[in-house]
Amino acid sequence: MFVVDHYDVIVVGAGHAGCEAALASARLGCRTLLTTLNMDNIAMMPCNPAVGGPAKGHLVREIDALGGEMGINTDKTCIQMRMLNTGKGPAVHALRAQADKHYYQANMKHVVETQPNLDVKQLLIEEILVSADGSVKGVQIETGEVYYAPCVIIATGTYLGGKVFIGEVTYDGGPNGQRHAEKLTSSLRSLGITIMRFKTGTPARVDRRSLDFSKMIIQPGDDTVHNFSFMSNVATREQLPCWLTYTNEKTHEIIRNNMHRVPTYKGIGPRYCPSIEAKVERFADKTSHQLFLEPEGMGTEEMYVQGMSTSLPVDVQYEFLRTIPGLENVRIMRPGYAIDYDCVDPTQLKPTLEFKDIQGLFSAGQSNGTSGYEEAAAQGLIAGINAALLIKGGSPFILTRADAYIGVLIDDLVTKGTREPYRIMTSRAEYRLILRQDNADLRLTEKGRAIALVSDERYVSFTHKKQAIEQTLALLKSSSVSPTAEVQEKILAMGSTELRTGTTLYDLLRRTELSYESLQAKFDLPVIPAAVREQVEIAIKYEGYIKKQIEQVERASKLEQKQIPDDIDYHDIPSLTLESKEKLSKLRPLSVGQAGRISGVSPADVSILLIYLEQQRRKGEQV
Amino acid sequence: MVYEDTISAVATALGEGGIGIIRMSGNQAIQVADQIFIGVNGKKASEIKSFQAAYGNIVDEGVIIDEVLILVMRAPRSYTREDVVEIHCHGGVTPLRKILDLTLKQGARLAEPGEFTKRAFLNGRLDLTQAEAVIDIIRSKTDSSLKMAVGQLSGVLSEKIRELRYEILQMIAHLEASIDFPEDDIEEMTIEEVTQGVRETMAKVEQLLATTQTGKVLRDGMATVIIGKPNVGKSSLLNALLNEKRAIVTDIPGTTRDIIEEYVNIQGIPLKIVDTAGIRETADIVERIGVERAREFVDKADLILVLLDSSNHLSTEDHQVLALLEGRQAIVLINKSDLPQVLEMDKVAELVPGKKVIRLSIADEIGLDQLEQSIVDMVYGGHIKQGESAIVNNVRQAHLIEQAGKHLEDVLITAEAGMPPDCLVIDLRAAWEKLGEVTGDTVGEDIISQIFTQFCIGK
Repeated sequence: MFVVDHYDVIVVGAGHAGCEAALASARLGCRTLLTTLNMDNIAMMPCNPAVGGPAKGHLVREIDALGGEMGINTDKTCIQMRMLNTGKGPAVHALRAQADKHYYQANMKHVVETQPNLDVKQLLIEEILVSADGSVKGVQIETGEVYYAPCVIIATGTYLGGKVFIGEVTYDGGPNGQRHAEKLTSSLRSLGITIMRFKTGTPARVDRRSLDFSKMIIQPGDDTVHNFSFMSNVATREQLPCWLTYTNEKTHEIIRNNMHRVPTYKGIGPRYCPSIEAKVERFADKTSHQLFLEPEGMGTEEMYVQGMSTSLPVDVQYEFLRTIPGLENVRIMRPGYAIDYDCVDPTQLKPTLEFKDIQGLFSAGQSNGTSGYEEAAAQGLIAGINAALLIKGGSPFILTRADAYIGVLIDDLVTKGTREPYRIMTSRAEYRLILRQDNADLRLTEKGRAIALVSDERYVSFTHKKQAIEQTLALLKSSSVSPTAEVQEKILAMGSTELRTGTTLYDLLRRTELSYESLQAKFDLPVIPAAVREQVEIAIKYEGYIKKQIEQVERASKLEQKQIPDDIDYHDIPSLTLESKEKLSKLRPLSVGQAGRISGVSPADVSILLIYLEQQRRKGEQV
Repeated sequence: MVYEDTISAVATALGEGGIGIIRMSGNQAIQVADQIFIGVNGKKASEIKSFQAAYGNIVDEGVIIDEVLILVMRAPRSYTREDVVEIHCHGGVTPLRKILDLTLKQGARLAEPGEFTKRAFLNGRLDLTQAEAVIDIIRSKTDSSLKMAVGQLSGVLSEKIRELRYEILQMIAHLEASIDFPEDDIEEMTIEEVTQGVRETMAKVEQLLATTQTGKVLRDGMATVIIGKPNVGKSSLLNALLNEKRAIVTDIPGTTRDIIEEYVNIQGIPLKIVDTAGIRETADIVERIGVERAREFVDKADLILVLLDSSNHLSTEDHQVLALLEGRQAIVLINKSDLPQVLEMDKVAELVPGKKVIRLSIADEIGLDQLEQSIVDMVYGGHIKQGESAIVNNVRQAHLIEQAGKHLEDVLITAEAGMPPDCLVIDLRAAWEKLGEVTGDTVGEDIISQIFTQFCIGK
């Protein structure tokens, strides 16, 4: 057995999870190896080249606030950006970008390649090596060589036992004509890890030159330049539009007539990302479905047909696509396909994403049963941080449901598990009003700084912003106005109604029709950056709702802080129901709060657990 | 301290004893007491020293509910090591219910089974040997209250609650779908549609609350009418029910006095005997006012007690009266007289299928216990019907439904203030969850499933 090298951390897979994991680990000072099946496909976007959207965009901002790479890379390489949901509340405003697929990969490849402490290698890992004491010790590759490391992060995406379906044709492989990892699954199984099988799919990519855009509706990017990263200073950006068109009865008829040619795969697909055949079947009364033609980049004619994911045979893909206005003469460059793959049941993981039973082995990304680049990147970051902390002997880095969408995502995965590819949604967060995309830096920069992942530059800029917000709020609170003729005139001029009594500018700003900018002009307030203005206005206008949520968080945090010792024996607590005993023994929650979120654990069980823990604590004191 | 909220519960057995105690624990206990208690010398609860009692009144919006003694025990020197306030009031169900309701309205929360004891332990008040006992209390009380809750959950109620929840769920799913999938082809719900929907659901919640058994039976008393021919023993029955062994729940100040009503306490259930003056003075409703008037009384009553004479065959009027009982809550009593017995119980029972028929001898006090038990069974067994559909039948359910209604009201306030849809969802979700607590369904995943069922979403 030829041992090639020793590392602190080895990351298996260089997709969105793997890249963040490796960067975090290396930046925290660990000697890190990032492995990929193909050096040309690092950070590849095998589905549509889009980043962000509701909750997903929130994740990107959170990754950025913690010193991750996805936001910066998207800002640099995107060809369109839009702020979605602007007609709704600030908590659900969501940034969405169209990335240049190739530039995104190329740029991320260079970032990982140039990262100190990080080696990137093209290797196919076949086995996870575990020592006799049950802790991880390294990996073995297909040609037999071995790399040693006390921490290994699995970030294998859809490559684990991947199987591709296009109509009647089936072959083993990863997405986009890639190799798949065939033997790694059995290695994981032999370690006692429970494996699930999920499915996902993608639509055809078509030739831009074969499309008639005059029959479609243009979807341009926003005129205002947005950035995901709190550090990006991209001020101008060349943008490409997307195009909207619709299916019709004819399209659906063709699909219906070919249902018998839909392949049967074993994996469970996501409900939020159904294939067009599933949509036609499930929503039979819908006479039309929308689809977007999205450019894959500046330097390519390939366009992604969003909304038309399919695994029907290629002849059927041609037939139904050509019924769609603007696609009458469409030429397919790559057909759509379905892929099913092995993934890990994430309830086997701690909130650090380390396996409960295998010290040093972590899992992150789509291999944990999620879907989406953002979900993957978020997990990668957390796994990378915690692997590094394990090496350095630091305490685990866990974000709660009240801290971040990252916390919601990981808590859902490790506490509730998932029965379909998991997608983050704002409706999954109970404290949505606090977890906004605009305040991700205020929520997380300090935490990132505490583990030394946040650079000095980022920290200084964050501190300035925070101070400016506090100063402005204080200024507004101390600025009183009385209902004098002069003041009333100013207020009427701003399109608001007269004052009845004296008030502060702070209280005046509560009025929906008033903004800081309008007050600033009339009441000689200092000019402040837009990002500060935004925070000030949200803090004032949504104060009541935000306060309510903070109170909820505080109430819940009592139980979150009640730690459960690792060696607890639930069968030793006679009053727990059998179901609770079994679930708790299997999931081994870290806190009473987490225990209460396990399905089947009732509030009475939580009370009993609290009393048991108090009982044990006092027994411990007596000794 | 582990907990920050304040809990409240009736600490004494319901409807027994001359004194009832409502106990609150938590850091708002004294503040809540201040809102509802006025001492005779103007003293507030917060001005009372620890372990001292003060005499005064519990007041709701200027109306005196009951005269009470109030006892304040400040943390940590109390049973739970939190601030504890005990309100000692009259032992009847009515004052206890009203005062408990008031504490809940002022911000306390209904205590869970065993919760005072649990807090006492977690706050270090009880010693280790008592821990097992605490666990047992929680388990057994939860089990029994669960059993009770499930037992009292009528099919109609769970159906109604599920209907309401589904209406709310559809609104949530619609709003959430537009929020989470703004690029999908989903027609957004307008504010008008939301407020319209919420108003409709609120109306149904109010309807449901109007039929609350606790609200009506335990608060206002169970409207009871005694019907029977002259000299059959109506006055004796009333007097027997009123005998000194049972506390009379006095009329509550501030409530209407123009109808003369007598309250009788049957194991904690206040029977409001309607028009007892009529019974006492003329002693003859049927003959005096005819069957038509009897029908009016029957229609208004929650409970009808029909008294028959065992020495007479049934008259036409008796038949007519018995026929009125169909679909009503009634107990038929056959009173034994000194004359030869001619009325057969079986025959009467055949005429009133499903109704309890009890043989009574008021003079010898035979059958009264059975009558009482039948009334208690009706109320606590959830069999009592009031008006159309009395389906909410315990404090817990009523409290939860009431809270759901308040959240719906907040949705309207939020909409009124021009707040965005994600703010509307906060209280919609809270209302949906509260209603779910009634039936025991509170799975968040439902919302996400509903989004995918209701809308075609996907890239």
